[in-house]
Amino acid sequence: MTLSGNWFLALAAVLFSIGAVGLLIRRNVLVMFMCVELMLNAVNLTFVTFSKMLDDINGQSLVFFVLVVAAAEVVVGLGIIVSIFRRRPDATADDLNMLKG
Amino acid sequence: MIHTLLLATQVLHAPHVDYVAILPELILIGGALLLMLGSSLSSSRPAPGTWSGFTVVVAAASIGASWYLWDQVSRHGPQETVHNAVAVDGFSTLFLILIGVALLLGSLVADGYLRREGLDGPEFYVLAMLSGAGGMFMSVANDLIVVFLGLETLSIALYVLAGYHTRRKESSEAAIKYFVLGAFSSAIFLYGIALVYGATGSTNLVSIATYLSQNVIVTNGILLAGIAMLIVGLGFKVAAAPFHNWSPDVYQGSPTPVTGYMAAVAKAAGFAGLLRVLFSAFGSMRTDWQPVIVVLAALTLVVGAVGAMVQTDVKRLLAYSSINHAGFVLVGLAAATTAGISGSLYYLFTYTFVVIGSFGVVSVVGRHGDGRHQLEDYRGLARRNPFLAAVFALLLLAQSGVPFTTGFLAKFYVISSAVQARSYPLAILSILTAVVGAYYYLRLIFIMYSSPAGEAEAVAVELMITDVAVSTGAGTTLVEEVDEVVVLAETEAGPPELEVPTSTALVLTLTGLFTVAFGLVPGTIVNFAHQATLLVH
Repeated sequence: MTLSGNWFLALAAVLFSIGAVGLLIRRNVLVMFMCVELMLNAVNLTFVTFSKMLDDINGQSLVFFVLVVAAAEVVVGLGIIVSIFRRRPDATADDLNMLKG
Repeated sequence: MIHTLLLATQVLHAPHVDYVAILPELILIGGALLLMLGSSLSSSRPAPGTWSGFTVVVAAASIGASWYLWDQVSRHGPQETVHNAVAVDGFSTLFLILIGVALLLGSLVADGYLRREGLDGPEFYVLAMLSGAGGMFMSVANDLIVVFLGLETLSIALYVLAGYHTRRKESSEAAIKYFVLGAFSSAIFLYGIALVYGATGSTNLVSIATYLSQNVIVTNGILLAGIAMLIVGLGFKVAAAPFHNWSPDVYQGSPTPVTGYMAAVAKAAGFAGLLRVLFSAFGSMRTDWQPVIVVLAALTLVVGAVGAMVQTDVKRLLAYSSINHAGFVLVGLAAATTAGISGSLYYLFTYTFVVIGSFGVVSVVGRHGDGRHQLEDYRGLARRNPFLAAVFALLLLAQSGVPFTTGFLAKFYVISSAVQARSYPLAILSILTAVVGAYYYLRLIFIMYSSPAGEAEAVAVELMITDVAVSTGAGTTLVEEVDEVVVLAETEAGPPELEVPTSTALVLTLTGLFTVAFGLVPGTIVNFAHQATLLVH
């Protein structure tokens, strides 16, 4: 049995939405961070699916670019998270309330 | 098996890379790597100012290379290169020069700031150069994936720069807020790329345009969703309402020179990406995206102007005012005409000087600890440091669009392009927000030129102009002349502790001169922006 590409696109859209909603409603910065990764990987799935559907290799090579960028983002993001939450008991976004107005 | 693999590799041939076409970016990346390597190999600490001096030289070299490309474009016309992923045209070279200038001025402002805060180190300049290279790649990109890579190179370096002042908690908070929302917007932008790729079969902007002109897409839901997500992603980067919420917090918390640099480069690169994507790839779908841009422009204008009115923190005020400026640039974009684009480009180019100069003043007035940014901290600035106050007043007047400054012409060009495109409501709205803008800029200027009550508090002198009375710590003295009171307060307070570093003074002089000189004699920059609208087709 072969599934049509639309199923994969739908799955990717669902994953992307879960990531986006999670980022907006979760308060733990690490979880928010994981949600971003989920969104990026949903995009990767979209790229690969379209690549298969269009019979075009470029879509698959784009995934490598995205993976590299995501890795760089993880490095910087975790560095920032560690530097800010080193002296705090938990990593919640609600503590970030100094800048407002 | 191996035989087939070998055959496959023979088919692969690397594209021809025209290194001269990407020389400005390569100079910045090379400079960054060289600085990182050199500073880690040398055991002794170089003289203060070495790193920023090096950055200035690298930025100047990059501007030189960009100027050479500009010259080539005017002689031989625009061209696509590096397997059509890079466009060398007037548009991209204008942004190359703009970002090079922003880097040069930004690193000069940063020098005095970092030394004052005891943060001086090569890392700052390495990150600044890398983010500049990212912004440059965004502006030359002719492929959505190159736009994305440039965007990420720019943003990731800026996340770190926003959190560079490690002793200030606000700085780390700004970094994490910028990071989370930046990553979110990047993911949305990327999903937009994926959808556009799925709908058109390519990520190359020119191929997309060709595909769209040759094929009639009956059900273009995926394509429209993709374009919408591209606009949202870039809208976040340029802080267009309703995607602006991160920007006041990040501008306020970041080290002040970084704020200036960010406001200039991130905004310019974001708009470069937006203009290029909308006009180069989706020019034929103008009727679909134009209403969206009109709404974004109107919202951004209003949110920026109204938000700035109620701020008491100068960095937040300038953040909202920069949202308002983004609205003006969007007005030019919404007109979707040649006049509109060249108006937007002129706006961005002159705004770079104005915003870096403004935040240069703010970074000096913030003093040690980078904390004095309330409106009250500016009271009496004219008396303590006439030079700073004069430059800041000039730059604020330029931001409000007073004639004989570059700011007036910038606003004039975008509004007249909106009128030419018959979008009268948008033109009227932009004039109204410019009037509102004049209120908060003039209020700040008024505070700078009013009596320095804040300074008098240092010696417990309370100045009440209505009573013309003064009460000192020792006793109460009635003085008839207000001027005498001020003199008294100043002599007791001692010399003001505002030190303007030479490099910052240089930047302020340059930005002030640029703003006035090209406000009086606008020809050069206007022609520059006008020629820069040549896009590769």
